[in-house]
Amino acid sequence: MALNDILKHMPSVGDMLSDYKSTEEMDFINLSQNKVLSAPPYSNPVENLAKLHENNDNIKINFDHGTTTLGFIYQGGVVLAVDSRATGGQYIGSQSVRKVVEINDLLLGTLAGGAADCTYWYRVLTSECRLYELRNKKKISLAAATKIMNNIIYSYKNSGLSMGMILAGGDMNQVSLYYLDSDGTRTMGKVFSVGSGSIFAYGVLDSGYKWELTDEQAYELGRRSIYHATHRDAYSGGTVRVYHVKKDGWNLISEEDCLDLHRRYEAEKKK
Amino acid sequence: MLGINQFPEYQVPGAVQHQFNPYENNGGSIVAIAGDNFAVIGADTRLSAGYNIFTRNHSKLFQLTSSAVLASCGNWCDSDTLTSILQTRVRQYSDTHENKEISLNAIAQLLSTMMYGRRFFPYYVSNILAGIYEGKGYVYSYDPIGHCERHTYRAGGSSSALLQPILDNQIGLKNMEEKPTIPLTVDRAVKLVTDTFISAAERDIYTGDGVKISIITENGVEERQIPLRKD
Repeated sequence: MALNDILKHMPSVGDMLSDYKSTEEMDFINLSQNKVLSAPPYSNPVENLAKLHENNDNIKINFDHGTTTLGFIYQGGVVLAVDSRATGGQYIGSQSVRKVVEINDLLLGTLAGGAADCTYWYRVLTSECRLYELRNKKKISLAAATKIMNNIIYSYKNSGLSMGMILAGGDMNQVSLYYLDSDGTRTMGKVFSVGSGSIFAYGVLDSGYKWELTDEQAYELGRRSIYHATHRDAYSGGTVRVYHVKKDGWNLISEEDCLDLHRRYEAEKKK
Repeated sequence: MLGINQFPEYQVPGAVQHQFNPYENNGGSIVAIAGDNFAVIGADTRLSAGYNIFTRNHSKLFQLTSSAVLASCGNWCDSDTLTSILQTRVRQYSDTHENKEISLNAIAQLLSTMMYGRRFFPYYVSNILAGIYEGKGYVYSYDPIGHCERHTYRAGGSSSALLQPILDNQIGLKNMEEKPTIPLTVDRAVKLVTDTFISAAERDIYTGDGVKISIITENGVEERQIPLRKD
């Protein structure tokens, strides 16, 4: 410390020292500044992170991936439905991931792409939404929340993050639905599906979707769409969770194992 | 990254190529089971690289508090760095909170955030955290960039794909029409962990030599060591 104190008074070195942080501080800078991640010791992480282990057959860093999520808006609010499987390469890492994030009692978000990417940035968003409430004495609107998230994500564009999110919630006394992804897209819409199984989910969802659906019909449409995606997409599976979002809050409607759903839908076909 | 590939005229036989290879796989397997009022966590004691065995008595368990033990395997130097920094932070917490121990769920979140901080240059490790919180047993598992999930049982490391199905069958009772009702006691959990490692040592070259098991109860942490095949 003594040397440090002397060097501080030398103008050329002092400037450098005031910016100096230990490697430990730089590696975990996100513990004090949650939007800042430590920089890699190489350029262009999109290409070069993969190159670090491509020369070594033994080393495979498989992040948890793969999903089917969907959300649509109808006369009774928004339905969000998700599967629960996480895969790292060919291996099913977990069959019990909670892919709907409960941001507060008005807002919900779904999680697709890199599991760690999504959960970390949702945690940051949750804290931003709570800070907004404390500063402004009112709940944050969905438009504002998605804009905050989008700004953060956009600042990390082209650095290799992988996320696809659907956010739903009460906004100016109505319910709305947003899609965000790691390319920086932010759009409002009526029907979205994200993830490796989305192509299968869209097939069922688009053919059954209409604005006038009753609540029960909407839940069943979401559930059935995810079920068919888990059936055809190897990267989707586990349990199907259905949430209902209204302007005064959200509800968890059902959590059902894919095997139970399969048996039920097979029995219906035979009738 | 700037490499020999950008300079084709230098790609001749005999040219020495240097590359940045920060990762190595040192193998090892870890297993944890959570019960109603206890948690059991085990790790094998072999440290290897490629076809070489470096050490047969090498602990992959790190006791963080009187009710939390972390198991970490993969790239040993990454495990070593990550766990020592985590241990420092755990100590800092108790020093700044009048010797109050950090809770298990706080460690779980701290570890996740620390691992995600290195999102663009990850620690190549497989971590499982086990312990008790408010009298109940918990197990948390991680992917290399800090995705954290709570489980009741979990296998990680080089033979995770061999060990996890045994646990799914014996504890998760997955896909059974008639589920047997065998209570999960400390004894049964320890026996299961031992058995899974015996099975893994039979088929995985990176697992063997011995198992270190930590049993976490309200009375603290008890350590046991059980020998395995040494070939």
